[in-house]
Amino acid sequence: MQGVDITILLAGIVAGAAPILLATLGETITEKAGIINLSLDGTIILSAMAAFAAAVTTGSLLAGFAAGAAVGASIAAAVALFSLRLGLSQVAVGFVLTLMTKDLAYFLGTSYARMEGPLAGPMPVPVLSKIPFLGPVLFSHSLPVTFSMVMILASWWYLYRTPSGLKIRCVGENPDGAYARGIDPDRVQLFYAVAGGLLVGVAGAAFSLCVKPGWGQPQGCEGSGWIALALVIFGGWHPVKAAVGAYLFSFLQVMSIYLQAWWPDVPAQVFQVAPFPLMIFILVLISVAQRETVMRAARNHPALRAIIQTLSGKAPAALGRQKKGTG
Amino acid sequence: MALETALTLTVVLGFTTLVLLLAGAPPLESYRQIVKGSLGSWGKVTHVIKVWIPLTLAACGLLYTFRIGLWNIGVEGQVMVGAVLTTYVLRTGSDGQHGQYLLAAALLAGMAGGALWAVMAGYLKTRGGVHEIFAGLGLNFVAQGLVLWLIFGPWKQPGIASMSGTETFAEHLWMPYLEGLRISPAALGMTLTSVVLTAYMLRATRFGLYLKAIGSNEKAAFLFGLRPQATMILAMVCAGGFAGLAGSFQVAGVYHRLIPAISSGYGYLALLVVMLSGFSVWVSPLVAFFFACLNVGSIQLPMVLQLDSSLSGVIQGTLVMAALAMHAMRARSRKGGGPDAGG
Amino acid sequence: MNVELIDIHKHFGSVRANSGIDLKILPGTIHGILGENGAGKSTLMKVLAGFIPKTRGTILLDGSEVGYSSPEGALRHGIGMLYQDPLDFPPLSVLENFMAGQVRGATMGTEVHRARLLELCTGLGFKLDPDVPAGRLTVGERQQLELARLLSSGARVLILDEPTTGISGLQKEVLFSALKSIARGGRSIVLVSHKLEDIEALCDEITVLREGIVTGTMERPFSTQALLSMMFGSEPSPAIRSGHEPGAQALYLDNVSAPGGRAGLAECTVHVSRGEVIGLAGLEGSGQEVFLRIAAGLIRPHRGRVHVGRRDMTGRGYHAFQSLGVAFQPASRLEEGLIRGLTVTEHCALGEGGGQFMVQWDTAEQDARDKIRKFQVAGTPDSPVESLSGGNQQRLLLAFLPEEPELLLLENPTRGLDLESVHWVWDHLDAHASRGAAIVFSSSELDEILMVADRVLVFFDGHIIKDERPEDTDALALGRAIAGKM
Repeated sequence: MQGVDITILLAGIVAGAAPILLATLGETITEKAGIINLSLDGTIILSAMAAFAAAVTTGSLLAGFAAGAAVGASIAAAVALFSLRLGLSQVAVGFVLTLMTKDLAYFLGTSYARMEGPLAGPMPVPVLSKIPFLGPVLFSHSLPVTFSMVMILASWWYLYRTPSGLKIRCVGENPDGAYARGIDPDRVQLFYAVAGGLLVGVAGAAFSLCVKPGWGQPQGCEGSGWIALALVIFGGWHPVKAAVGAYLFSFLQVMSIYLQAWWPDVPAQVFQVAPFPLMIFILVLISVAQRETVMRAARNHPALRAIIQTLSGKAPAALGRQKKGTG
Repeated sequence: MALETALTLTVVLGFTTLVLLLAGAPPLESYRQIVKGSLGSWGKVTHVIKVWIPLTLAACGLLYTFRIGLWNIGVEGQVMVGAVLTTYVLRTGSDGQHGQYLLAAALLAGMAGGALWAVMAGYLKTRGGVHEIFAGLGLNFVAQGLVLWLIFGPWKQPGIASMSGTETFAEHLWMPYLEGLRISPAALGMTLTSVVLTAYMLRATRFGLYLKAIGSNEKAAFLFGLRPQATMILAMVCAGGFAGLAGSFQVAGVYHRLIPAISSGYGYLALLVVMLSGFSVWVSPLVAFFFACLNVGSIQLPMVLQLDSSLSGVIQGTLVMAALAMHAMRARSRKGGGPDAGG
Repeated sequence: MNVELIDIHKHFGSVRANSGIDLKILPGTIHGILGENGAGKSTLMKVLAGFIPKTRGTILLDGSEVGYSSPEGALRHGIGMLYQDPLDFPPLSVLENFMAGQVRGATMGTEVHRARLLELCTGLGFKLDPDVPAGRLTVGERQQLELARLLSSGARVLILDEPTTGISGLQKEVLFSALKSIARGGRSIVLVSHKLEDIEALCDEITVLREGIVTGTMERPFSTQALLSMMFGSEPSPAIRSGHEPGAQALYLDNVSAPGGRAGLAECTVHVSRGEVIGLAGLEGSGQEVFLRIAAGLIRPHRGRVHVGRRDMTGRGYHAFQSLGVAFQPASRLEEGLIRGLTVTEHCALGEGGGQFMVQWDTAEQDARDKIRKFQVAGTPDSPVESLSGGNQQRLLLAFLPEEPELLLLENPTRGLDLESVHWVWDHLDAHASRGAAIVFSSSELDEILMVADRVLVFFDGHIIKDERPEDTDALALGRAIAGKM
């Protein structure tokens, strides 16, 4: 690892992971409540555009992040309402919205392409950023990046340590059971689809205002929504494990830059694309490993079994379930 | 039904106009440009047909997978791999011999490539338990990486690799086209044949019936003695074959080389085409034509009105959303409305 | 609390689950609701618990009318229900399940709830570990958890739907003593069950339902005879069986055990001979469904061997069984039997001309016409199957059985048919039996079993507890066995 400063490398991974991390956490919350928002890829692009446009127009970063969040929330609300009120398939609606919002972003964003815009600069956390090694790696980032790290713990705490989190998990697991306990499943699903969408919107804003600043076609965040969706599965619907996945993906992305320098013969484009299939295939490996046959084969290898069990997590039982009585 | 269509179109026009106003564009002039840009001259219409061909082929393939209840989102990658294998075969024929045989072989290779890519997604689903959306998506990324690697690596143009793609083939390896119209009659004919063939397969063959039965009720179909998993793989083969052929035509009939954006998103767009057509074989080509018009018509928006051509995608997406919503509402009201509480 | 139900009606489309039910439950008592499957017990209780809205009728609590339309509303009035299929959250911990719906606001109060759960458990004699996932509990323990939760959320009327199915004898004792102590404390308990023994042992008063109406009530001391006749109706039809001569072995299950349904199937050994008609009696989920599916190759037993004819078919799949002439017909018509969206003709086409590439639509349509005529289906070849009425769907299912099966496995083959149609169906099936086919069918109608079967197997909690010829038994004896009273 000649010429590689480990501190800078790690700091880069942490910063680069922020938007995907936020999107993954948002989608984890949404799916925990039983709704699949498949529109993530388009949502991130549109909110990145909206955030950049708002920030450029008003000159305020805050307005930019608010705009991104609002876009994310509205698209999520559309997915939830089309499913809850009209009984449409969440997958179908999410897919159409993915394509549509992406085009909408490119269309509305033309006039903002390649403009100079405000940029969320580093805001080191007082005191903590002075800690050797950990300070530069974790506590010297811009606000969105620091926010993304805080959100890991916050979403974990919210899901597993508050009455509302319990409600979310109940609804995602068994809406009838939640109903029998006096919880309104539709309301919970709508609310947390929107809440998750807010975070996805912030993720889009984090791209265009911080991690990959600016707007253009392509913006550079294309495909990250799909990765976030895959990471939710990778994390077994657990925010902390999903965060590990987001950092792994960021690591792959950073590594591809280094590898490119080491193997100049291989075209750069391959390295840019490579992390995506790699991530998806890690996911495939996990799915295959969870198959009963593999689990049985792993019975005599406690270490292997432990790894599989750590990696695996069950989807909420009612995830994506269509409302009855409609086609 | 007529009311529903009118309502859908009103919603779409309303939304699109809103978007146009938001972008500071004159709505009427924009619409006029799209119509003019797609149907304004024979030259434009041939351009529309060039887009219509891959779109319709991919849609034909998707009809098989939708019928059995699979979301073959990997269709995009299947188009790309079809294009790659076609390029591979055509690259062997620079000596000028046996152009037509080589072309035929190239088209077959394209179909095989698409089918192979689809089968991989199919097995990941039936054997690996990976949802076909993620399996397909992963394979799309791999296919895109493969295309880029080939263009910038082994197949790069002499001198400098560039985004403009591989070296253009010698002219005897182009699919024959009508002078002036720049459309390959063979490609057009094969596309029309594909539509008829698909209609025939779905309506008249046992395979078509099996697809419908398994897609409608997998458990009951199994009890009737059908083999759902094997049939799913076969449906994927068909979908991939047509998608691969679309990729072949893109290479052999349109670009005469492999370019990075060889699939042009037609695979994803075909998913919308089939959804909007209500999964109908006969309506799909019409919707595909309409979508092709939108795509081609909006190409001149950047030049004339400084608007981005992605407006077509906005209109297409809105159209599908509105149609889905109307359809669901009609289904609701026919059932007598009111959601039944609980149970 | 005094609970009074007056003239309760509940219709699902054209099906009348409850038609005019009156019921009175006194405070401090355990009230039994007894009845067969489909008698309308669960529906009535879900109405009382606010889980489903009633079509019409009045609910009085302590004399004043109440109108709630959700479980939450019912619980606010002090009515809580323990559902037949536990409505809990298996991956969540016991404590989280206990707290779900009880905790509001910003803080969990985990420790307070843990203490309350443990206190309730100690008081009722339950032993639950608050920190394991609820999915790892037995059915009995999940019930205990639900019971504790309902008490904690202030229920003064507790409804228990079939609480003793699938739980061990020991757990039943614990449950019963807990229920008695709860009732002594002044709360009312409504116990819904088809098990006479349990109801008799526990209840102070019993109301019997049959086909959606109250057929009688009784206070201690109970007369088993009278209760059975209220449950099953009093006059069993005379036996008019065909009396086939049993031939060679058609099916042999050798000490087979398998999971599935509520009770699974445990250590079952049965010989079926060619030409024999065997009726499987028992409450739904007692093991007869698993039995039929094992015999069809749809469930692979994890112990024991399955022989079809003379061949050992253990571990083979359904299609291999099919090729030996085994035909299976499921009870749920539109879930497993027929394919929603396909027409009668399309169904016919599915079943024929296996090797051909093309569908012979003419042949299929002719076939559909023939079947519609022969099986008296009210419909056309072009009718989508879901547009047919339930009875017609049932006839259609029969029409799709193979021409000359060796072994027919039928789940509730005459459900929803009127008496005349039942006779017609059995005349048809009888022809198969005369030809030498073995027929094994399940039915909830004891009269039907007595009328057509050469042998009756009674299932209870996954075991075959009775294997007799109809002439050696009668409806009342079978009813007893079904209810677990030997």
